[in-house]
Amino acid sequence: MGQAETAVDLEFRNVTKRYPGQQEAAIDDLSLKVEAGEICVLVGPSGCGKTTAMRLVNRMIEPTDGEILIDGASVGERSRSDLRRHIGYAIQQVGLFPHITVAENIATVPRLLGWERERIEDRVEELLELVSLDPKDTRDRYPSQLSGGQRQRVGVARALAADPPLLLMDEPFGAIDPINRERLQNEFLRLQQQLKKTIVFVTHDIDEAIKIGDRIAVLKKGGELAQYASPAELLTYPADKFVEDFVGADRALKRLSLQRVRDIDLWKTAQVRVGESTAEARKKLDDADLPLPMLVDERGRPLGWLSERSLSGERVESDLRSPAEPVVELDDILRDALSDLLSHATQYAPVVDQAGAVAGVLSLEVIGRFLTTADPENSPTGVDLVADELDREPDAER
Amino acid sequence: MSALLGLPIAQVQIQERAGDSCIATNGFCPDWIADNFDRYVDPFFEHVFLTVVSVGIGFAIAFSLALLAHRLRWTFGPISAVTQVLYTVPSLAAFFLLQPITGRGNLTAIVALVAYTLFILFANITTGLQNVSDDVKDSARGMGLTDRQLLWRVELPLALPEIFAGLRIATTTTIGLATLAFFAGGGGLGAVIEQQLFFKSNVVVAGGLAVALAAVFDLLILGIQRLSMPWRRVQLAT
Repeated sequence: MGQAETAVDLEFRNVTKRYPGQQEAAIDDLSLKVEAGEICVLVGPSGCGKTTAMRLVNRMIEPTDGEILIDGASVGERSRSDLRRHIGYAIQQVGLFPHITVAENIATVPRLLGWERERIEDRVEELLELVSLDPKDTRDRYPSQLSGGQRQRVGVARALAADPPLLLMDEPFGAIDPINRERLQNEFLRLQQQLKKTIVFVTHDIDEAIKIGDRIAVLKKGGELAQYASPAELLTYPADKFVEDFVGADRALKRLSLQRVRDIDLWKTAQVRVGESTAEARKKLDDADLPLPMLVDERGRPLGWLSERSLSGERVESDLRSPAEPVVELDDILRDALSDLLSHATQYAPVVDQAGAVAGVLSLEVIGRFLTTADPENSPTGVDLVADELDREPDAER
Repeated sequence: MSALLGLPIAQVQIQERAGDSCIATNGFCPDWIADNFDRYVDPFFEHVFLTVVSVGIGFAIAFSLALLAHRLRWTFGPISAVTQVLYTVPSLAAFFLLQPITGRGNLTAIVALVAYTLFILFANITTGLQNVSDDVKDSARGMGLTDRQLLWRVELPLALPEIFAGLRIATTTTIGLATLAFFAGGGGLGAVIEQQLFFKSNVVVAGGLAVALAAVFDLLILGIQRLSMPWRRVQLAT
């Protein structure tokens, strides 16, 4: 059960779509490749042809010129219904069939493909669990009995039903409120981590694109490809003024959400314990990037910043200048860590590892240096971020 | 005035048959009704027959026309226009005008009645099909349903509320119009009404049966509608 078909790669080769009677092309000579197992986000302002581009893949729209290849074979050579049954399809309005149950909705494509009843039932169960819905509770409900978020999940489950190697998603989280939207995005990325499908994802929201995409294709009006790059690359080196404007004036800050604290060079700090000789503590201070000693407990956990006076005797005394606040974790997203620093009106904060021991100091200066020097080539994507979260806490958040 | 003049004669005839003062005063006479009820049985079933057959044939034709109009959009206008014209022909005229072609009897009555159902049914079926949301159709196509599968598995089930509404209106209308079918020689409850048009008890019983028939058919169709649309029941319940 499950991964029957592996992911495929997808290529647009000089694709043009021109609607009769319209001056401007909807898609203009679009060429791009999506590697197997990657999420390609098509993003751009309304009227840029992103949805059109997606709908060309399963022949909901036929190109005027050029061709689209799945694993090297042109989609034009397959019958429409056969092609579509092997490509997952999820749209913003979901389009669940209101007259049949959730289970029957999900079973749509497997039924068209002539699966046996038992296999379909097992698959429905599996999929409902996959999208975090309780099979017992939901399978016999009608779509009108579900919340918006639940409907969206059923929509995704339905698109995945026959385990297609390629998925088309048109603003699948567009109609969801911001909180549930974020949850669904995270769940979706976790799902993709397991499934490794090739996905074409359409959105008008650049933040969603940065979060979701392995590669982002920015389209401008008239269906012209402005840039096709990884999220970090897009944010660091926008190809032109249009892309720069589209990703927003805060693009440097956006890069912070693609990085964890552990990924950047932290300051070394002088960690001292009560009762330690002052001479040794002073030696540690000389090696540190910050002229302030940090008092730690016997397990290396931060207690606070020490005052000058505490080093005046022969032995280190516990005389705190200020508490160690905030404490940042190595696994925190850089953007959240920065926000922590700012909200505590402080320049620096100790960073702790999973055991709670001090691993270094994060400062505004360190973050600044990262923003000016980081190499976008080695920057992780939203998928990576969710992936290592998954490794760390296998049963995290339901 | 002529009706009033005719009244005593009718009363005398009835009096002779039943010998009852209630009849003499042209009142509502339960005894007479009980004694004479069997005279309504055959016309009643004729009426049922006319209704069921006409609505049945009308539905078959309207359904086919609606599918045609759904597939070939340009046919919608002409079909709509023709059914509408048929609908506006006065029913009495139709029952007479058809006789030279189809003769007197059931056939003429049914042809006319069918013609009246077409407009209602065609309009409702096509409206039902048009009301199916574009998102649902788009996702159905996107998953690889063929046009035929889309029609039978998605569009028609979702058009059922309108289709049933059409059936209910058509049935009720046909039951009413069928009381005139005797003009074409089609029998039915109208024939008994006409036999003693001025005798109250007769008119009340025959008319009442027609009304009851309409009510029963309406409830029957409503029941089938509920049963065939479980998703609607759920919607109402929540």
